[in-house]
Amino acid sequence: MKSAVIVFPGSNCDRDAAMAIEKVTGTAPTMVWHQETALPDGTEFVMLPGGFSYGDYLRCGAMAGVSNIIPAVKAHAEDGKPLLGVCNGFQVLIETGLLPGALMRNASLHFVCEKSPLTIENGNTQFTSQYGANRDVIIPVAHHDGNYFADDETLDRIESEGQVVFRYARNPNGSARNIAGITNSEGNVMGMMPHPERAIDVDHGGTDGLAVFESILGSA
Amino acid sequence: MTQFADGITPEIAASHLPADEYEKTVEILGRAPNIVELGIFSVMWSEHCSYKSSRTHLKNFPVTGDKVIQGPGENAGVVDIGDGQACIFKMESHNHPSYIEPYQGAATGVGGILRDVFTMGARPIALMNALRFGAPEHAKTRQLVSGVVAGIGGYGNCVGVPTVGGETNFHSGYNGNILVNAMAVGIADTDKIFYARGAEPGQPIVYVGSKTGRDGIHGATMASAEFDDESDEKRPTVQVGDPFVEKKLIEACLELMDTDAIAAVQDMGAAGLTSSSVEMAGKGQVGLQMDLDKVPQREENMSAYEMMLSESQERMLFILKPGKEHIAEAIFNKWELDVATIGETTDTGRMVLTHKGETVCDIPLDPLAEDAPMYERPWARAIPEPAILASELSQPNDYAETILTMMVSPDLSSKAWIWKQYDRHVMADTAASSEDPADAAIVRVHGTNKAIAITTDCTPRYCENHPIEGGKQAVAEAWRNLTAVGADPIAITDCMNFGNPEKENIMGQFAECVEGMSEACRVLNFPVVSGNVSLYNETNGFAIPPTPAVGGVGLIPDMSMRMGFGGVKTGDILMVVGDTAGHLGASIYLKVIENREDGCPPPVDLDVEKRNGDFVRGQIRDDAIKACHDLSDGGLAAAASEMAMASGTGLNLVHDSELELHGWLFGEDQARYLLAINEAKAKDIRKAAKASGVPLHVIGIAGGNALTINGTIEVSISDLAAVNESFMPTLMGEAE
Repeated sequence: MKSAVIVFPGSNCDRDAAMAIEKVTGTAPTMVWHQETALPDGTEFVMLPGGFSYGDYLRCGAMAGVSNIIPAVKAHAEDGKPLLGVCNGFQVLIETGLLPGALMRNASLHFVCEKSPLTIENGNTQFTSQYGANRDVIIPVAHHDGNYFADDETLDRIESEGQVVFRYARNPNGSARNIAGITNSEGNVMGMMPHPERAIDVDHGGTDGLAVFESILGSA
Repeated sequence: MTQFADGITPEIAASHLPADEYEKTVEILGRAPNIVELGIFSVMWSEHCSYKSSRTHLKNFPVTGDKVIQGPGENAGVVDIGDGQACIFKMESHNHPSYIEPYQGAATGVGGILRDVFTMGARPIALMNALRFGAPEHAKTRQLVSGVVAGIGGYGNCVGVPTVGGETNFHSGYNGNILVNAMAVGIADTDKIFYARGAEPGQPIVYVGSKTGRDGIHGATMASAEFDDESDEKRPTVQVGDPFVEKKLIEACLELMDTDAIAAVQDMGAAGLTSSSVEMAGKGQVGLQMDLDKVPQREENMSAYEMMLSESQERMLFILKPGKEHIAEAIFNKWELDVATIGETTDTGRMVLTHKGETVCDIPLDPLAEDAPMYERPWARAIPEPAILASELSQPNDYAETILTMMVSPDLSSKAWIWKQYDRHVMADTAASSEDPADAAIVRVHGTNKAIAITTDCTPRYCENHPIEGGKQAVAEAWRNLTAVGADPIAITDCMNFGNPEKENIMGQFAECVEGMSEACRVLNFPVVSGNVSLYNETNGFAIPPTPAVGGVGLIPDMSMRMGFGGVKTGDILMVVGDTAGHLGASIYLKVIENREDGCPPPVDLDVEKRNGDFVRGQIRDDAIKACHDLSDGGLAAAASEMAMASGTGLNLVHDSELELHGWLFGEDQARYLLAINEAKAKDIRKAAKASGVPLHVIGIAGGNALTINGTIEVSISDLAAVNESFMPTLMGEAE
């Protein structure tokens, strides 16, 4: 499977994302610098990694959301191919309008890093199909701005259409309706605050994040 | 008759240098220094940069060993971890700025120590910190904790290096001077290590990173003076950090280091452009010619003085091989960082600076570096306090209540409120951090099956009451913590935080701590490879407790050999390695329960420490041990409480020694470990201990959901956890 990880100045989970993709797909992804304007030919999966793109200046993900590579990333999504944004990547997806809602400063006003128990709300997505009957997982979070917000109408809609994929079992940031991860209405773009790429290894963070990457591999 | 240059008044001269040091500059130059030269001498000869009070003692540290590639004197220490790889690490203080402006002070402390490590070619893999705040009830404590923790997290989280551990203490002795010591650890290939030495004449001097502004001017001088009530006015001397630029700087520097363009490199830390250029010249025995008009500037009309003394952050100075400038330009342009060739090395041995077409500085480099003042300050030995054994203290009425009171005390309480604000998992190699039950942090060496173990340790109340034993104990505890996670201890970095060295008792604390540390380093084969000295930690004449913080690093050769203190199961046999005499002098028990801080700390027998530790490490590698926790603050009661909480399984202790129960439970005797052993292996380990001459005492069995003693004293795990977690949120006004 041909994958790409987009690297913005300030990305800091790009290496972790690449390790996870390579571990599951057997092939290292292409690291695509933000100033490129095209993805490598034949790219089947794109990941926007965590970090502090552009130092979180202006607003988390705002500047990355208008960088040179973004039109190509949008075109990839419009083609129906899988696109995953984790943490800062989720913030970028929201800024580009590929996902609804907003991510505000954590309710505690503190950065929060912990192993977060999650419930899988929808196990039939391109990103969760390999979880099988398992619905309770633990995946680490690490962010300052992960407090998901949308108006009630939007929240009702994404809930009723199965777009809410992950919920916090112990809400770390004040997110509306404990939402930790959502997809677009087509189901091929997912953003999540927890870091599945940090949970692929018994020696670091456990293995509850592996199935996200296995699902993408299975669906592509 | 003292000479002064035009525009220099005796007051200006005196505000830069003491009279005798000023005379020395006149002698060196053969004329009176101008303002730029005066500024340069003053920062280079500041305590912070010259170690003028401490050098005479620091030379006693053992600094060599078969694993040492680079000892003190470069940006950081370098040790061999096999397979062509090196671990590069250092700890540094940012005390004064953090007290004045806690967020930026702490943040730039992290930024500075990271630069020390990646300057040498290492990719940083872990951050640690050792924090000392004033009394919890002191009016400024909450604000300082809040700012320092946010600053450390704000910087470390953004640059994407995990903050994996550390220690935090509270004591009224730090009310007016908090300590913020940050440590960074990196990994490099042994054939790709970069040094400040190596420059030759005729090589371009290339400035990279952020532009130079007026922030932090005279930061190094501030860090070399006492505080008073007007210290808040020094806020403009605190630098402002930008971790986003640092992240780009790390990537750009490592990219440049992958080429063969570099002759020498130095980060611009304390005393900025001055010390970075002087240090590289001094180590290469060359001269410097720099045109300050070419320095990237953030503000208009900056003077030569301001540019040379600015401590603007996220800047580096490279000396490149001639003709390689374009390589650096391409890389730094890609990362949208400033890059400018500002001069070249010469064969004159002088530092010549021009600004707006005029020569504004012309100093011979050798005397600037080599003739820095060195003081043999008078010092006095501390008067030893008598030991306090359990037999001299009455027993508590209610042991269960006493244990709970200890576990909610500032020093023993959970610091989750702090470490939850640090990204401990980025880079995906953290095997144990603050959240995990392990005596040291464990970070895998990327792409391998080996790991680096890291710890920071110091018990200031021991150093206060007996600097020699306290110094020994700080090193011994670091060594023990590394041993307890299954690592081979390799070397230490240190951060020597003390009061005003011009006072005999303070200089004595320093000298005796160094004496104790040196002895421990020698016996444990645990050399000092880098470090930092922070003196003048005094406000209105009150000095901090002597705090020689130790950052220890060890190697776990195989991830499967790592050890922690959780995972204890019902039926596991509990044993203590080492003997307990019930030393309660300077203990947590004495402080929290008896409200006393006197007494001699527990003596450190380094040979016993080594014997017991080597035994424990060997047993860990033979897979004989299920859980291991060092005994330190709070003694057996604290260690057993932590082991029970981490495991979710009770521990049932049986006290059947002659020693009074409070001595047995709370004594802080050294060289001890609490072990949990699978019943099937209990016999073998006892046999092995006997053969090695190591005291090993069976003290109980795991089971139930409480810590119990003799079946009569009982503290439930849930009560322990509730009190242990309550201190920090209560302090910060965030208790639920």
